[in-house]
Amino acid sequence: MTSPDQSAPEPSAAGLPDRPKLRLATVWLAGCSGCHMSFLDLDEFLFDLAAVADVVFSPVGIDTKTYPENVDVCLVEGAVANVDNLELARIVRQRTRLVISFGDCAVTANVPGLRNLWASADGSSQQAVLERGYLELADTGAQLPFAPGIVPELLPRVLPLHEVIAVDLFLPGCPPSAQRIKEAIAPLLAGERPVMEGAEMIRFG
Amino acid sequence: MSVITLSVNGKEVAIPEGASLLEATRAAGVEIPLLCHLDGLEPVGACRLCLVEVEGSNRLMPACTTAASEGMAIHTHTHQLLDYRRMAVELFFAEGNHVCAFCVANGNCELQNVAVQVGMDHSRFPYQYPQRVVDASHPLFAIDHNRCILCTRCVRVCDEIEGAHVWDVGSRGSHCHIVAGLDQPWGEVEACTNCGKCVDVCPTGAIFHKEDTTAEKLRHSDRPALLKAARDEHVWRNQ
Repeated sequence: MTSPDQSAPEPSAAGLPDRPKLRLATVWLAGCSGCHMSFLDLDEFLFDLAAVADVVFSPVGIDTKTYPENVDVCLVEGAVANVDNLELARIVRQRTRLVISFGDCAVTANVPGLRNLWASADGSSQQAVLERGYLELADTGAQLPFAPGIVPELLPRVLPLHEVIAVDLFLPGCPPSAQRIKEAIAPLLAGERPVMEGAEMIRFG
Repeated sequence: MSVITLSVNGKEVAIPEGASLLEATRAAGVEIPLLCHLDGLEPVGACRLCLVEVEGSNRLMPACTTAASEGMAIHTHTHQLLDYRRMAVELFFAEGNHVCAFCVANGNCELQNVAVQVGMDHSRFPYQYPQRVVDASHPLFAIDHNRCILCTRCVRVCDEIEGAHVWDVGSRGSHCHIVAGLDQPWGEVEACTNCGKCVDVCPTGAIFHKEDTTAEKLRHSDRPALLKAARDEHVWRNQ
């Protein structure tokens, strides 16, 4: 969306010239991007959103690579599976007023968390999953990935977001439907907290 | 038949003597979450979701297995009970491997529905990821122990309605699991009549038809009550 780095608030289409635009971010950790696709399914509501919010960080909305300061609301898709996920989750928490655990992977670890089933005696699964994927199942050239600083190390276990940072709102679903996303964020734009109740809002899966 | 009176959340109800507290809550028009209970099967009080407060008792009572008595005063939705119910549901999710996204029962699962009912939007307990297996040895059906909540509906329907008694509960504590026959692969249990009643009553995606894939399992949890009414009271659906 538009003018992410603009510091002075511009008059919004909603006719609230004094109200600064909400600084919205979305983050993609260990997930399939399905939640972000569902976010894009908001279709014309994205125009309404753009009128009152600036997307200041998002894999589908803006090219900025550094998570900015003073973010109002962040939707975090995906579980926390590697050191990059962990680092970004912590930065998000430091720089964001309201963090939303966005989708079943963030809320429950979901499919990425299935590697936790391969845990060894100490509870960690990173070695087992790497050996399975890169050695046992390799047709040719079996080798473990090793590129420090480029390929992030896996964490011992895949964790839901709220086991790593404090989360302010849970938005489950695999993916949450566009309607559910809208029902959750529209009140936030008005400075209110959404009512997260009922199958339409909180059913998993 | 003698009648007893008691109060549910302050409302007086009259029910037949020998009825359970669950029937009292229904008479009062109060809905409480249920998982292991199924009309038509003997109640066992396994899931603890129907716990209620009884005035004068410092213990919480499962409504499905507690007999109502004259003058009782019960409460079904106190803050404590709401909190415990949500904790119980979170523990169900945390102790098994319930991944709704690719479950046969997704969208038609009683555990999923109960989570909504108690307002669970996440689990405060860490997921345990227990090592469990899938038994697909039966030609028509399969049991995925990852999704089993040990409600024992399958055990009861097979014993009480079908009379085959294929299922039982084996082991203890966190190793507790449903066993077929003498802890055999299901497909090798000759007592199984292939009737599918265990599939009908399973509240989750633990027991399912093999041809069902994600979100395709349909529940038929009303069947034990229909069969019981037909046998005991000679009441048929087409009457």
